[in-house]
Amino acid sequence: MKLPRGTGAVLAMLLPGLALALWLVLGAGFLLMALDGDARTALLGALAPVAESHGMVLVLWWVLFSAGAGLLARRFYVAHAEAPARLADAARVLAGDPAAPPVPATGPAGLKALGEVVNDLAAQRRALQDDMARLVAEASRDVAFQRDQLAALMAELEQSVVVLNLEGRILLYNARARTLFRRLFRAPGSAAGGTGEGVGADPIGLGRSIHTVIDRALMDHARETVERLMGRGEARPSARFVTTTPLGHLVRVLLAPVRAEAGGAVTGFVLLLDDITDEYEARARQDRTLIDLNESARASLAAMQAALDMLDYPDLDAPDRERFQAVVRDEVMGLGTRLSLAADASSDLGSRWPLQDMLGADLAAAAARRIAADTGHAVATDAVDADIWLSVDSFALIGALAFLAARVAEAEGGADPAFALRLAPAGGRVHLDLAFADAHAAAGGAGWPGAPMGASQLCVRDVVERHGGELWLERARSGSGACFRFLLPAASEGHAEAAAPAESRPAYFDFDLFAASAGSHASDDRLLSELAYTVFDTETTGLDPAGGDEILQIGATRIVNGRILSSECFDQLVDPGRSIPEAGIAVHGIRPEMVRGKPRIGEVLPAFHAFAAETVLVGHNVAFDMRFLTLKEQASGVAFDQPVLDTLLLAGLAHPGEESHSMEAIAGRLGVTVSGRHTALGDALVTADIFLKLLPLLRARGIRTLGEARAAAATSYYAKLKY
Amino acid sequence: MDREIAMEPGAHPAPCPQGAKVLIADDEPNIVISLEFMMKREGFAVLVARDGREALETIRREHPRLVLLDATMPGMSGFDVCEAVRADAEVRATRIVMLTAKGRETDMARGVGAGADAYVTKPFSTRELMQKVKDMLAEPPAGSLPA
Repeated sequence: MKLPRGTGAVLAMLLPGLALALWLVLGAGFLLMALDGDARTALLGALAPVAESHGMVLVLWWVLFSAGAGLLARRFYVAHAEAPARLADAARVLAGDPAAPPVPATGPAGLKALGEVVNDLAAQRRALQDDMARLVAEASRDVAFQRDQLAALMAELEQSVVVLNLEGRILLYNARARTLFRRLFRAPGSAAGGTGEGVGADPIGLGRSIHTVIDRALMDHARETVERLMGRGEARPSARFVTTTPLGHLVRVLLAPVRAEAGGAVTGFVLLLDDITDEYEARARQDRTLIDLNESARASLAAMQAALDMLDYPDLDAPDRERFQAVVRDEVMGLGTRLSLAADASSDLGSRWPLQDMLGADLAAAAARRIAADTGHAVATDAVDADIWLSVDSFALIGALAFLAARVAEAEGGADPAFALRLAPAGGRVHLDLAFADAHAAAGGAGWPGAPMGASQLCVRDVVERHGGELWLERARSGSGACFRFLLPAASEGHAEAAAPAESRPAYFDFDLFAASAGSHASDDRLLSELAYTVFDTETTGLDPAGGDEILQIGATRIVNGRILSSECFDQLVDPGRSIPEAGIAVHGIRPEMVRGKPRIGEVLPAFHAFAAETVLVGHNVAFDMRFLTLKEQASGVAFDQPVLDTLLLAGLAHPGEESHSMEAIAGRLGVTVSGRHTALGDALVTADIFLKLLPLLRARGIRTLGEARAAAATSYYAKLKY
Repeated sequence: MDREIAMEPGAHPAPCPQGAKVLIADDEPNIVISLEFMMKREGFAVLVARDGREALETIRREHPRLVLLDATMPGMSGFDVCEAVRADAEVRATRIVMLTAKGRETDMARGVGAGADAYVTKPFSTRELMQKVKDMLAEPPAGSLPA
């Protein structure tokens, strides 16, 4: 039996006195019983006067003895019974919490030594844990650093990169890929009507299937090709194919396997994507130009040949001779014109040399620094149009400018040539001038562009040809100035988009998706924590979809691997095609003018369907929203047949004792901050937060898989409500 | 290409069937001027068509013995005209010389496949062309139907 702390010490203190009293009483009783009647009477008679006179003294002696012996007994008890128990308790606390205070090293020597040993062990454990934590932190830092490096690398890549797991789910993509997919794969009209940058239905996103944008059969074929190449032992197996987007663009795709280690099992695939529409059209134009030129030249030559054959007739009269000569002249002229047109067309095709878009001011500044370093003369860059973008091989071009500047400086023989770089638009092209003060210095300048620049034998004119450009030496009509004028290609439209730094970081990745199983995504056996979700909400004109109420707004976000992807949202206002009741406006704040010109539900639902493809739908009181979606299935041609979870029902399972399961009440209980309520996207984001907080609570109640959640929700009270 | 013109210099001239009807179908007036001039000089009755549709109508109406047919004409191409002629029992036996600026193997194959008797790539020698025309007209007409 365990005594309450302190009780034992009290008992130990009382025990000697009580024992003495008991011994005296029992001893006296035994003595009295052992004596016969006379002797007992005689003893009592003899003791009575002593008791009378010295009784108090005897009691006092007993009390003093009891107190002394009690104190000694208490000390003994504390030292040998309480101290080990305290040590055990303290050791137990220390075992559970390494930060707990050390155990008391008190009591007898043996106990004291035991306490010290326990404290030493605890200290060693603390040190080990600290070491472990430090190592984990260092390893995490390394991993985070490598991920950041990879993210930065991906963001800066010129090419669109998408990494997939074996299921075809996207676990990484860079900003270029997002821009490419937005431009090429977004259905016209629908998501383009989003309410701002970064909203609307992005065709790709983390955890989403690539098959929503690239045909599954095409991907499967490419994967089979790669597997075949790997089976044959190819060192760098890959497959190339071209796919057509709904907007008619051509995208060239290179698919290569991701392997855990060289030669190891495939864990995913990398896609490198290029929009080759322009390139393809340019090549097709070039082919067409060549064929047209061939045919028209042959036709002209045939007409000339025939006319010349006629002129061979010796008896030809003057008017006929004149007629055939006119045919020859006419065809010669025509052929010349056609050759010029073909030459123009081929120059429009530009150079095959890889050129890069560059801000003209940056090019001029870099060239000025190089020329100043090479020649020792300052270069003015005042006359540079700051808005000009060029498409250039900047390294070669700056080398060419520096080479020409060095020749000018040599000709000047030490005098300052007053170099200036000028940049101005010229039709669809750009004039880049290297100007200098003295035209006499450039007397031999016409030959410089053809002179080799260095060991490579490359000359300035070669560099100009790479750009499909021109170069000439131009002398000022008045004064003594001159310049080398380069005619260079301007960058095509859209360079600003390519250069926008805000879009380029961060890259978007979730490597945990590598581990996603290859089973059916929507399977009931999948753990709730590993599924991808589309959490959505709608705002509507009223509460009665069957009675003619319509959707005004759809907002959604996605959850992948337990993370809300706030950068991948769907936010779309919808023209309901009917009036909006004032009572509703007070709730959702969507006024008729806000939805004017927005797409109709028939256009928005397919876009939302694509956004939610192959995910589990989640909503708060989602039966209401689903009713609206289901009623529109026929009109929009899309069916939302994926599994659906309701946070209202799940909250009822997690907190069965609570009465209110309104979004605010649940959010309050779970510590979710509510903001942006009664906008579709705002509510969707709050619901997503709530859903993530509910998952561990459901796990504690044994609800781990999608199937268990659906089964449990179906039996809850709220599931029985009908809309 | 066995049906393409391949004339040795100094080959025996075939007799010219005087007054034989020949159609020149080409949208390029400059070559029509020369061909028409030469054919008339050689004693043919020359018809001219400026596009494919006009050529087919003329063939059906006038029943020329031979057609110099440009392959690339606006509206209806020479290939289409050739196919239409070969599909029409009335005019099926018409000799057709396809004239074309298309020099690729695939184009020649298409011309022959469409039913041309000869395929001549521009530019060509008018004298050799004339010789080929005379040879073809001297041969008995192909098929069982009279020309």
